[in-house]
Amino acid sequence: MKRFGFVLGVLLAVCLVMTIGSPAWGAKVIKIGVIGPMKFVQGKGHWNGATLAAEEINAKGGIQVGKKKMKIELVKADSNEFLSMTDATNAMELAITRHKVDFLVGGFRTEAVLAMQDIAMDYKKIFIGCGAAHPKLCTRVAQNYDRYKYWFRGTPFNSMYLARTCFIHMATVGAILKKMLNIPKVKVAIVAEKAMWVDPMVAAAKGFIPKMGMEVAGIWRPSAVATDVTAELSAIQRAGAHMIFTTFSSSVGITFARQAGELKIPAAQVGINVEAQKDGFWDATEGMGNYVMTMNTYARGVEYNELTAPFVDKYIKKFAEVPTYTADTYAAIIYTLAPTIEEAGTLDADKLVAVLENRECMVPSGKIRYTKDTEGRHLHDLKWGPGYLTSLGTQWQDGKLKGVWPNRWKASKDAPEITYKGIVPYKIAPWIIDKYKK
Amino acid sequence: MIIDIIISGLINGSVYALLAIGFSLIFGVARIVNIAHTAFYMVASYCIYYATHQMGVHPVLAMLVAIGLVTLIGLICYKLFIDPIREHEAAVLIATIALAIAMQEIMLLIFTGDFLSVPALVTGYLKIFEVKIAYQQLLTFAVALLILAGVWALLKKTRLGLAVRSTAQDREVANLMGMNESRVAMMTMAVSVGLAAFAGAVVVPLSVVHPHMWMHPLIMMMAVVVLGGLGSLKGSFVGAYILGLAESLVVFLIPMGAFLKGSVALSIMILVLLIRPEGLFGVAFEEER
Repeated sequence: MKRFGFVLGVLLAVCLVMTIGSPAWGAKVIKIGVIGPMKFVQGKGHWNGATLAAEEINAKGGIQVGKKKMKIELVKADSNEFLSMTDATNAMELAITRHKVDFLVGGFRTEAVLAMQDIAMDYKKIFIGCGAAHPKLCTRVAQNYDRYKYWFRGTPFNSMYLARTCFIHMATVGAILKKMLNIPKVKVAIVAEKAMWVDPMVAAAKGFIPKMGMEVAGIWRPSAVATDVTAELSAIQRAGAHMIFTTFSSSVGITFARQAGELKIPAAQVGINVEAQKDGFWDATEGMGNYVMTMNTYARGVEYNELTAPFVDKYIKKFAEVPTYTADTYAAIIYTLAPTIEEAGTLDADKLVAVLENRECMVPSGKIRYTKDTEGRHLHDLKWGPGYLTSLGTQWQDGKLKGVWPNRWKASKDAPEITYKGIVPYKIAPWIIDKYKK
Repeated sequence: MIIDIIISGLINGSVYALLAIGFSLIFGVARIVNIAHTAFYMVASYCIYYATHQMGVHPVLAMLVAIGLVTLIGLICYKLFIDPIREHEAAVLIATIALAIAMQEIMLLIFTGDFLSVPALVTGYLKIFEVKIAYQQLLTFAVALLILAGVWALLKKTRLGLAVRSTAQDREVANLMGMNESRVAMMTMAVSVGLAAFAGAVVVPLSVVHPHMWMHPLIMMMAVVVLGGLGSLKGSFVGAYILGLAESLVVFLIPMGAFLKGSVALSIMILVLLIRPEGLFGVAFEEER
């Protein structure tokens, strides 16, 4: 009897170890945690993009891992990161420890993603960021590769490149204003919400605007959730700005655009306004956001390559709206993660990292390649530029979000001109023309 | 620039005054610190959004319905959650915090966290000394003045006002004189919540509707009320304009620190309290009562 009890005990222990300790590839599905602020548009984008990818992959029978096909199971993790950092870290911890996810995609607010990144790294889980732009997320990889190598940037490219792209947009619009309205020297007001991802952009803009032959009219830093910016708008107008370089990712983007439109502030808005990237912007500003230009990833009818239209059309058909950049969880799963797993034939994170960091692949928004720093250390950051990722410049024109950049853009003197399919000319707001046209 | 500061300050101040008057009223009369005051303002905004965008109702009608509906919700909340524990001020405080969070979560569940908007009653702008002011802002300014006048008239010229003031002065004596103190408190609550809903109707077309929109105004409103003297309507009005002007000063003088405008306003409040702990009109109000 004692012997039987011993054998039973050993069997139970073995069962327990097998249940808890068996590797993920012993399971039938690959669990992908989709983490983001799910009650907000950014999180909805994360989830929608991932859903689309999972449905496509599962319809084809799953991902080939070695000799067997494994289907994808998505785990929704609400980070609530706009309101609580603790909620964000708890959601990450829960996704990894309770739901036993194999991979993670998502994250939006840099301050929260930095904390969530640490948790994912503690558990050696590959985490593809689809929202936060701060360079620190990737410099951590170079500085402490063994710990942070499981992090990869999925979208957007880092804030230094975001700034660079915005400066190109600014130069483009500045040249149009100069030419069409005979403005000798364009004055630019820098208006940036108070947030960590914006800080490097403000510093860069301050130094770069004079180099582009323009003048800085002033810098304003309203709160990201400011409900009234009329004082700022009065000050901007008083400073004689012809152009406003905006960097907004939160509700202040709507307030600013609406109040500037209502007061017909004679300055062209160029830069990043995340709220203006969404279909709902027109209604949210009651049409006052007309002529606002923002950097963007997708727009109806604009194509980077042959993958863009199928993705955008499918997304619009399923969710009745244009995808925003956080919906690039789709590309992170279908074009980055899935082929990497198939190539490596395993779910082992270390082996996947080695394959992933050397991959180059087409995605609906361009081509992805991971970069190294000047010392040749892996950054797992995204390569920016013609042929890779450039993003779009989009402008609201009478209720429709149109692609207006790149329009015959030359990255350098000898480079070929780039114009994506579906791009239309930039329009100057009539009240700006009325104010400056001589 | 001085003109810009004054005009911006007056407009900002009007918004805070609209919110602070209702809050101050219910505290002054019933000693209820209603943290959910700005949450009612948020609910009114959502009602207007739903009526105008989802049901196609005219904005003015939507606003009137929203004010009525939110007042009714306020009364139900008062009867269910506040009245039974009114004698315990700390419990009331906690109950109203819970109420505000519950309202926020309900709106989040129904409308998600998307940023929404409601149409302006009047569009366009007016130029005063080369400063552009939206008509909706002017409307807010005018309404703030009208509301103050209305509340003053209600308190000083009507039987209800007399009852309200008597109850505020001494609850027990008012009871002994045959006044139904509980009913007076309930009616004051209705007026207070109605004012919050009215503020939502007038202010929200200038702003964005979302479930957390009640938090920032709550902080500013508390600052206004404490600065002016708890329970003093006159104090709330003056406090609102002081903080509004302080915010404008920050934006114009330290544009890089525009996000600090709220913090600066709160610092002014602390400074005033250090010199005059009862607030600007605290003592005067006691005498009035």
